[in-house]
Amino acid sequence: MSRHAARYLDRALPWLVPVVVLIAWQAVVELGWVSSRTMPAPTAVGAAAWELARSGQLFDSLAVSTRRAALGFLFGGSAGLALGLIVGLSYWGERLLDSTIQMVRNIPHLAMIPLVILWFGIDETAKVFLVAIGTAFPIYLNTFHGIRNIDRNLMEMARSYGLSGTALFREVILPGAMPSILVGVRYSLGLMWLTLIVAETIAASDGIGYLAMNARQFLQTDVVVVTILLYALLGKLADEAARFLERRWLSWHPAYRKSEVMA
Amino acid sequence: MTRVTFPYRGTRRQSNVVAPETSSTGVRLGLRGLDKRFGATHVLDAIDLAITPGQFVAIVGRSGCGKSTLLRLVAGLETATDGEIRVDDQPAARHAADTRLMFQDARLLPWKRVVDNVGIGLRGRWQDRAREVLHDVGLADKADAWPAQLSGGQQQRVALARALIHRPRLLLLDEPLGALDALTRLEMQSLIEALWQHHGFTVLLVTHDVPEAVQLADRVVVLEQGGVGLDLAVDLPRPREAATPAVSAVEGRVLDRVLGRSDVPTSTTASATRSRTASAR
Repeated sequence: MSRHAARYLDRALPWLVPVVVLIAWQAVVELGWVSSRTMPAPTAVGAAAWELARSGQLFDSLAVSTRRAALGFLFGGSAGLALGLIVGLSYWGERLLDSTIQMVRNIPHLAMIPLVILWFGIDETAKVFLVAIGTAFPIYLNTFHGIRNIDRNLMEMARSYGLSGTALFREVILPGAMPSILVGVRYSLGLMWLTLIVAETIAASDGIGYLAMNARQFLQTDVVVVTILLYALLGKLADEAARFLERRWLSWHPAYRKSEVMA
Repeated sequence: MTRVTFPYRGTRRQSNVVAPETSSTGVRLGLRGLDKRFGATHVLDAIDLAITPGQFVAIVGRSGCGKSTLLRLVAGLETATDGEIRVDDQPAARHAADTRLMFQDARLLPWKRVVDNVGIGLRGRWQDRAREVLHDVGLADKADAWPAQLSGGQQQRVALARALIHRPRLLLLDEPLGALDALTRLEMQSLIEALWQHHGFTVLLVTHDVPEAVQLADRVVVLEQGGVGLDLAVDLPRPREAATPAVSAVEGRVLDRVLGRSDVPTSTTASATRSRTASAR
């Protein structure tokens, strides 16, 4: 019985601080210490979210933003992975491409927003392009790094057992680089939302960022807070997706294995 | 710690014999004027060595004497500066598939389960055979474990199984037991001896452990300054008990040579030593 109680307490403990903060926040607004225009109470934010959901605006914006993020990540991530593989696997690839990529990488991709707007206007392409640029480099760097750090001894062993070409790539190089590649994926997923937030806030006619900027003009602080929470939720979801991949593809790795008894 | 099993002490399993019987016998290995230089360093200087089929040869020497390089040359991982390596009187490259090397570290792919590590480089239906060789090295129950879940000794046994599944005719062992604790090491020595007696492959064992060399080998070769310092036939009955007078006498002679304590003639046989110690008793 007491062990049961202890386990529940253990599970509930991480939630204690957020719950206390929420209660305090509500109290502070109810007591009139903080204006609801500065910071609406949790109940007001909840009501705004409900209203947005009921009108369908919430899901429309969510769908638009998620599509942009996913497309940008797909293009950027593929490009980063492909370049990382080429530069990591071939001597000439590295000689020819790496320093160029390193130079381009040093341009903060958000600095390109004015140029991107000149090129593409404020339609979908501009946002997808920005997200793609933002997500390509972390995956490129980590793929390259992962391939270069594969244990030379394992490669020698695999070659002495007759592996070469695609078999060597599939059985040794790719799985060996995978932990590093997934670090890049996780980092890219963070940058994906960050880039999209900025792009949508500056220039958009729909999506979550547009919802936020529109609400700002009408002083709907509660809606602004809802959009911020939405971004937080989406970021968390992306991170969970990356962790899922890590658990699935790196189950051999002691650091990613969940509570399996060591023999 | 699991007990070492000696699967071949009793009846021999005939079920999955794929390769013809002749391929399980060892190769004849000949090194002629083998020379290896790394820049200005002369690692191996005109080594001549003739090893008969099925012979268990241990190569000992101080670190840096070139013994690992010798093994890597035979394995085809390095190319000789001069001289040649003949396997069954043919160029060694033609017998690459008959030759397997066990490294100092197990070198298992951490992202493959044990059974898949054993089957690396194989095509077709090898799974049953892989479980069989895992059984032979006493790890049948670990087939589906990850390498990281095994102890160092178990990992080396998987590496041994990985070599054995190819039915090698020449097994090259590069200090495979160097990193193991003393007890695991004794177990592995017995296992390697039992498997060698069963399969009859030729073995080239590089080690800096003189007792290990004398325990296992038909012949102990001491390398020094890039050349053969001593080539000693160990004519003692098996299984050899450690620390018996005959074994100790051979160990003493090898150690003397390795440490440069006396001038032993470079080619000799240890059976004379055995009769000497026997009469002394």
